[in-house]
Amino acid sequence: MAYVVTDACHGCRYTECVTVCPVECFHLDEQMTYIDPENCIDCGGCAPICPVGAIHPSWQMPAGKGEWVEINRLRAAETPVIAAKIAPLPGADAQAGRLAS
Amino acid sequence: MSAPHRIAVVGSGPAGFYAAEALLRSGVPVSVDLFERLPAPFGLVRFGVAPDHPKLKQVTAVFDRIAGLPGFRFVGGIEVGADVSIPELSVCYHAVILANGASLDRRMGIPGEDLAGSHQAGAFIGWYNGHPDAAGLSFDLSAERAVVIGHGNVALDVARILLKTPDELRHTDIAAHALDALAESRIREVQIVGRGGVARARFSPKELGEFGALADCATGLDPDDLPDGIPEPPIDAGAEARANAAILRGFAEAQGGTGKRRRCLIRFGLEPVRLAGEGRVDSLHLRRPGSDATLALTCGLVVASIGRRTAPVAGIPYDERAGVHANLGGRIQADGVPVPGLYACGWSKRGPHGTIGTNRACGVETAAAVLADLAGLPAPIGNADALVASLAKRIGQTIDYAAWRRIEAAETARGRASGKPREKFVTRAEMLAVAAAAA
Ligand SMILES: Cc1cc2nc3c(=O)[nH]c(=O)nc-3n(C[C@H](O)[C@H](O)[C@H](O)COP(=O)(O)OP(=O)(O)OC[C@H]3O[C@@H](n4cnc5c(N)ncnc54)[C@H](O)[C@@H]3O)c2cc1C
Ligand code: SF4
Ligand code: SF4
Repeated sequence: MAYVVTDACHGCRYTECVTVCPVECFHLDEQMTYIDPENCIDCGGCAPICPVGAIHPSWQMPAGKGEWVEINRLRAAETPVIAAKIAPLPGADAQAGRLAS
Repeated sequence: MSAPHRIAVVGSGPAGFYAAEALLRSGVPVSVDLFERLPAPFGLVRFGVAPDHPKLKQVTAVFDRIAGLPGFRFVGGIEVGADVSIPELSVCYHAVILANGASLDRRMGIPGEDLAGSHQAGAFIGWYNGHPDAAGLSFDLSAERAVVIGHGNVALDVARILLKTPDELRHTDIAAHALDALAESRIREVQIVGRGGVARARFSPKELGEFGALADCATGLDPDDLPDGIPEPPIDAGAEARANAAILRGFAEAQGGTGKRRRCLIRFGLEPVRLAGEGRVDSLHLRRPGSDATLALTCGLVVASIGRRTAPVAGIPYDERAGVHANLGGRIQADGVPVPGLYACGWSKRGPHGTIGTNRACGVETAAAVLADLAGLPAPIGNADALVASLAKRIGQTIDYAAWRRIEAAETARGRASGKPREKFVTRAEMLAVAAAAA
């Protein structure tokens, strides 16, 4: 069990989520963030913070998003930890607007 | 290289640790002394977070790593305001950060609140978590019904601990005295009562959902509270409120006929008016807001969980309304003007909201304020090392992080015998004895 970032994060990278993770278990590549399921303590703090609702608990994945559980596990192992907020990607606002509507 | 700047942090909960981390990782040469009134660190992670949520307690591994950073020192067993004053600290440190949490319960202010059998959530939580200040308390669990007042996660914790079976709690780090008392409990029903409706409840869906999976307790709603069913919360109430509504609908549908021996009722739109009883509480009287009709619930235990506030510290301006140290973005303010060298962090800065990790963002913000001000703060004239040594002499021993680790190792060893992650020492004397004996 762990929390899982889905493709709704793709191209956003506000990284608001990262600042409230008590155990620094977010990882990052050029596209999006991933949660390391080995370290996540299921505090649930990140999910309501994400402006696009990209984060879900692995035991309650939305329909069609199940594959992201495994993708997070794999990509978290291959990518660096991100512990502090970074500047959003250009176009992040458009992405947030599109997903919120 | 110039001598490091010295920072005192008061309180070793998440906020204190994360502020210390942000300072020690900043690249600026600083050293941090983390003062804690108890011999044990971690604040509400140890004494608040429920024992049946062990995964959350793993966050202490992060605190252990922070404690290992160069420049970090734990000063346990020292209460700021009692053993040492703020001015005494200010003389020895460039800056003092208050991270002393929110240890006072808000009171309901209704008649009968002080009857025996009526308690504040803080006392009950401290009791089952083995807080030295609460270990000697006792709770009468002999009546059929208990009422928990409040619609937040702390209220859910209190109710869940009252409703779980001894087997569901046996292998957690719940204090032994609480496990024994709960095993004898005759409580068969807990009502969780709140003034607002479904959309206003501050439950997190994860904690609420646990009430659907209790071994010997069925959870339901009272149809009188919501005669038209559970309304869909408005969009601006947020995703959590909508998730809560869905979970509550599930409880309402599954109600009855489960063969479980205990029952939990989550109640809405009821405001406490008074507690009644001869010498001890035997009923709680409630009212629907906007109506005069009252409703009486027979009960032998009432636990109020309606909020917490920070204990004021002598010499620190206090914001009565918010119940925190008066501050702006972590800088302590007197009459709207920042007081140089004094800061706040965590629940004593923001109030009792958010998750453990919220204190990390909060600690980073306060540390940034300290670092921005550092060049302008006068160098301390006192000697922090001499102060810490004299404080240790006053309590007769040094409780540094190594001493805490000895206490922790002894707790873990004790727990192993009974299949618990740890068996906490619940008095200061026991902790101090273990720390000294093994030194
Ligand atoms: C019952 C309960 C359950 C919770 N469950 C969860 C949960 O499941 N998940 C989650 O994410 N969050 C949970 N929380 C919230 C979380 O515990 C808090 O966000 C967090 O502990 C606040 O951190 P803090 O450092 O500001 O305060 P605290 O953790 O309260 O730490 C304050 C510290 O300061 C010390 N102190 C106080 N006064 C002095 C003094 N004068 N001198 C020296 N030291 C002093 C105290 O002893 C304590 O160690 C829960 C809280 C409670 C009350
Ligand atoms: S806040 Fe949400 S969208 Fe932004 S980086 Fe985190 S998971 Fe991705
Ligand atoms: S649930 Fe908590 S521990 Fe897990 S990734 Fe989110 S913030 Fe971090």
